[in-house]
Amino acid sequence: MNFSEVFKQSNQLCKVSPDGKYLATCVQYRLVVRDFNSLQIAHLYTCLDPVMHMEWSSDSLFILCAMYKRGLVQVWSLEQPDWHCKIDEGSIGLVSSRWSPDGRHVLNTTEFNLRVTVWSLCTKAVSYIKYPKACQKGVDFTADGRYMALAERRECKDYISVFVCDDWHLLRHFESETQDLAGLEWSPNCCVLAVWDNCLEYKLLLYSLDGRLLSSYSAYEWSLGIKSVAWSPSSQFLAVGSYDEKVRILNHITWKKITEFEHPATIINTKAVVFKEVEKRPVVGSEDLSIHQLTVDNSLFSTQSKYEITQLPAQVPVIKPDPDRANPKIGISALAFSADNRFLATKNDNMPQSLWVWDMQRLSLLAVLEQTAPVRCFVWDPRRPRLALCTGNTKVYLWSPAGCVSVNVPVEGSFQVLSLFWHCSGSSLVLLSKEHICLLKYILYNVSLSCHLIGILFRRHAVFL
Amino acid sequence: MSPSRQNLHHSLHSTMALPKTSYSVLSAFCTEENISQCIAYINQEVCSLGLTGVSLESKSGSLSAVPVLNLLYEVLQLQRRAQRALHELETQQLKNGSDLEHLQHSNCRLKDQLEHTRRDNSGLHEGERQLQLKIKTLQNWLKSEKEEVQKLQSIISSRATQYNHDTKRKERECTKLKERLNQLLMDKRDKKLSIEISNHVGRSDGKRGLWKTGKMEARHEGEMYKALLSDYETRQRSLMMENSELKKVLQHMKKDMITILSPKKPEPANDSLEQAVSECEEEIGDPSRETLEQSCEQAREQLTNSIRLQWRKLKSHMERLDSQASLVASQEREGEEMMSRKEHEEEMQRMRMELQQCKEFIHMQQQLLQQQLSSPCDEETAALLNDCYTLEEKERLKEEWRLFNEQKRNFERERKNFTEAAIRLGHERKAFEEDRAAWLKTQFLNMTPFVDRKRSALSDSALSVGTEPEAKLQSTPPLVTKSLFSTPKAASVKMPSTADLYRTLHLIPDSRGHGKCQSGEMSTKSRLRNCSTDCSVLSFVRDENSPI
Repeated sequence: MNFSEVFKQSNQLCKVSPDGKYLATCVQYRLVVRDFNSLQIAHLYTCLDPVMHMEWSSDSLFILCAMYKRGLVQVWSLEQPDWHCKIDEGSIGLVSSRWSPDGRHVLNTTEFNLRVTVWSLCTKAVSYIKYPKACQKGVDFTADGRYMALAERRECKDYISVFVCDDWHLLRHFESETQDLAGLEWSPNCCVLAVWDNCLEYKLLLYSLDGRLLSSYSAYEWSLGIKSVAWSPSSQFLAVGSYDEKVRILNHITWKKITEFEHPATIINTKAVVFKEVEKRPVVGSEDLSIHQLTVDNSLFSTQSKYEITQLPAQVPVIKPDPDRANPKIGISALAFSADNRFLATKNDNMPQSLWVWDMQRLSLLAVLEQTAPVRCFVWDPRRPRLALCTGNTKVYLWSPAGCVSVNVPVEGSFQVLSLFWHCSGSSLVLLSKEHICLLKYILYNVSLSCHLIGILFRRHAVFL
Repeated sequence: MSPSRQNLHHSLHSTMALPKTSYSVLSAFCTEENISQCIAYINQEVCSLGLTGVSLESKSGSLSAVPVLNLLYEVLQLQRRAQRALHELETQQLKNGSDLEHLQHSNCRLKDQLEHTRRDNSGLHEGERQLQLKIKTLQNWLKSEKEEVQKLQSIISSRATQYNHDTKRKERECTKLKERLNQLLMDKRDKKLSIEISNHVGRSDGKRGLWKTGKMEARHEGEMYKALLSDYETRQRSLMMENSELKKVLQHMKKDMITILSPKKPEPANDSLEQAVSECEEEIGDPSRETLEQSCEQAREQLTNSIRLQWRKLKSHMERLDSQASLVASQEREGEEMMSRKEHEEEMQRMRMELQQCKEFIHMQQQLLQQQLSSPCDEETAALLNDCYTLEEKERLKEEWRLFNEQKRNFERERKNFTEAAIRLGHERKAFEEDRAAWLKTQFLNMTPFVDRKRSALSDSALSVGTEPEAKLQSTPPLVTKSLFSTPKAASVKMPSTADLYRTLHLIPDSRGHGKCQSGEMSTKSRLRNCSTDCSVLSFVRDENSPI
């Protein structure tokens, strides 16, 4: 694998096109489109204001740039660089903007969530959707792009509207049994809509595509409830993470809980492997500290780190949250299934430095990764069961069932990796720091051992079998 | 008591009655003859009682009545006293008896009381213990209730903070809305919302847009239901497949269990097994039926029931085997048992040792590997590494040596060819010289006398030249032959050096380094070509040749 050179970006706006050919980054009010393989600039566009949100259309032909302050959205075409489109929301303001799944409509949410305007790039038609709800996740499109579910709130009651994305025809409109809807998500097979209440009440509702309530699930009362929800890619499981530090897995046949995953502070499960990141500071003699060396060789101060397997029972560092604050930092805030449905990665907010990986075939804990800093971002490879995570330092960490590895980003000056995402082919990673991006290419799957690696470890079982 | 008292009376009466009967005894005791003896005896007895004795008056040999009467009186007194004492004792006895009875009664009563109080005490203890227990449970309950209250309070407080947070957020939004509203009301110019688009784009699927009609709505509904139905169908299909696979597995299990329970094993109680086997065989016929009626409830239940039955039989069989095994084991001799166990344990120990060794080995390898990849600052390891690196170099060196040897061989070959060519050239030169000499000779012979002198000189010179060349030629052949001869010798021993060869062919100056030599060399060349008569040159040539 090799690292590319570093490019500028602002606002963490860097996206790969859905077909994987281009990489678009925003630098203030400029939109730079590069060819992904050669990283040569293919197109350069200038917007009217610093860009706050940028999104590729699903067919990779158009890019949307939203500037919320001025209430403007500009759409650029890759095929015809001189084609332009500017949408002005006027005095009503703009809060969010997104593409429709067919890549020909732009949905703008106005300020104060007064309405959602649907602009068409094909016709002159404009549609309005009233009373959208301002919540964590109020809009979701099905995976095949045919339907859109929108949460609405009228007269202190929650409603859900299902639209056909073809012509924005309202298919179903029904009341939701939630007290205060916090989010909704379609299942990957597009037939079931999961709707959950906000954290004051633990309630998860499952509606079928035609608006019938299939099932309702509530684990407990009164304590703070659901924090995060994730569907498995095969729609077989629904993982619900809550404030009581547990993840409950529901199955798609009976919609009942089949198991719950706990995140205890002491791990005693003998089948799990605990990887602990250990930093090795290079020992510097006093005679080495010449100015020349300091400026040239920045690796003097960058720490090497490697993973060590901790003996069980192992203690996980816990940070007690402040009880007087709203939305306390406790509970499962992030869940992600691997692409092959075999693994689930979870992060518990009061153990921010640890990442837990669960085996979905055995429904048990597989590995715990303990980092030296709070985990900021973790993403699964879209093709293979491989997890990439970053903690805000200069390293990228990769976990796979064979072991895990920490890779130093060899950029002069320090490159603090704040977030990352995979290329759709799963062979490259895009790393984002505060102002820059860097690409990590050609990450071979079967080789976790390449010359860049600092630490190599084998799973305990694999070694001793 | 009373019987004893009766006895006492009886005895008294008997004693009282004594005198009556004792008269005869007294008469028997005292006779006319033994008066004195009797008196002596009586005196003795009386003395022992502490009374004055009776003196025997020997006047008439009879007793005086006065002492006797006194004695008698004293005895009677004694008797009275004794009786009184007896009477007192009797009364005392009676009293004691009644006291004893009384005490016994009271003892019994007190014992009963004690028992009673003890029972009361234990009852009270029991009551106290139960009360303590109750207190404990109440305390626990109180604690749990307090905890519950605390938890609820914390929940309430967290909910309250959440509500406050939400309320604040909503309030902030509200104020923003109000501000915005005010701003809009003040602001006269209203920016209309608009879209500027250079040209409309085609739809992503390339088709044309359709009008919104009722038919479209129906179509959308239809599509939605189709999607739902297809999803249900796929799910049902997968479930059916899973179901059939599980059924197959169960049937296989059943078959296996039947084979396990078949009467191949020598079992004492075989009858039940045989029965079971026959039952199983009957049931084997069922699977074929079952596969036909897959979705039938009864078939499913039948299968599960038969599996359960088989499993129970297998379990009982296993239990029987276990018990028999333990019986057999206890019947065996202990030594054998110990031996087999010992062997087993030794085996286990050996395996454990091996496992430990393997683990250590792997650990060591792992460490080495890690060391390898981290910076090896050890000298030894550096040496080892260097060895590794030089290995590559050595390989390369070997390769180069091989190439070198090949080149050397080629070179030798070329030199041989060259030598042969040189020899050939020598021959040709010799031939050429001869030809030239002959030609000069003929020339000279054909020339005039005037010219003859010249010619003679020339001829001389030519002759000399001719001779000299001859000589030279003669010398050269020997030389050449020498060289020729030398070459084979050299070939047998070693090849002549290139320098020698060149010197032989006058292609290089003599290494002696005479300047003249060089010029001479040049001039000899030219002279040879132009037939010069310079003897010095020739001699030079000779000189040149001579050392060779």
